[in-house]
Amino acid sequence: MRDVSRRTALALGAGGAALSFVGWNGAAWATAEEAAAAIAKFTGGKTPEKGRIAIELPEIAENGNTVPLSVSVDAPMTADDYVSEVLVVGEGNPRPGVITFHFTPMSAKAAASTRIRLAATQNIIVVAKTSKGAFYTEQKLVKVTIGGCGG
Amino acid sequence: MADKPRLKIPSEAKKGDIVEIKTLMPHVMESGQRKDKDGKVIPRKIINKFTCTFNGKPVFSADLEPAIAANPYLQFYVRVEESGTFKFAWTDDDGTVTTAEQSITVG
Repeated sequence: MRDVSRRTALALGAGGAALSFVGWNGAAWATAEEAAAAIAKFTGGKTPEKGRIAIELPEIAENGNTVPLSVSVDAPMTADDYVSEVLVVGEGNPRPGVITFHFTPMSAKAAASTRIRLAATQNIIVVAKTSKGAFYTEQKLVKVTIGGCGG
Repeated sequence: MADKPRLKIPSEAKKGDIVEIKTLMPHVMESGQRKDKDGKVIPRKIINKFTCTFNGKPVFSADLEPAIAANPYLQFYVRVEESGTFKFAWTDDDGTVTTAEQSITVG
């Protein structure tokens, strides 16, 4: 009897801890959900295939105000088979959208660079759309020391 | 706006070359997330669109969000088959469009 009550107490304790963990994480998941929603809107609900994309980002960004980002997609870039759009979203900013690149066969390379803001450590997800309607995706985690969204 | 956009493009190329284009637009890119010292939200004011054409044909464009750093920098590539002019345009939230252009000689 004593043993059972001890177990019950442990289970209750663990459950309480799990609940508070979910509660805390729930806030972070909201942004991941928004990112997923932005991706679903971009792909029209299709699940993108993993691969073909290279993302260059620092592993640790000391200053989230300006973080260099380069994206390139392995694609022929011919008139009938090219990457037309590349969506970049983040899971840890106030809003998921970062940038959308629009390419043409004249782009020659489905590659572009910019500098982004990161409010906190987060996954950056890149989704590429081809002229044939295929979707590819890749993601990268960036650790941020000082967030870049001001106070 | 006092500062002009900055461009880095080769002035000459061979037919069929892939040239690298770098652009930088001086702009605060106010995210709409910050507050002033009285606690009021500073309204969003960003460059939300960038376009590049070559001899009138669209080459590359981008839709920018507040998560793009101040003084938006964009680097991309173009294959050139003929001499001509690159034209660039940056659209502000307030509707202002800032333009720039540069020619390239292709031999």
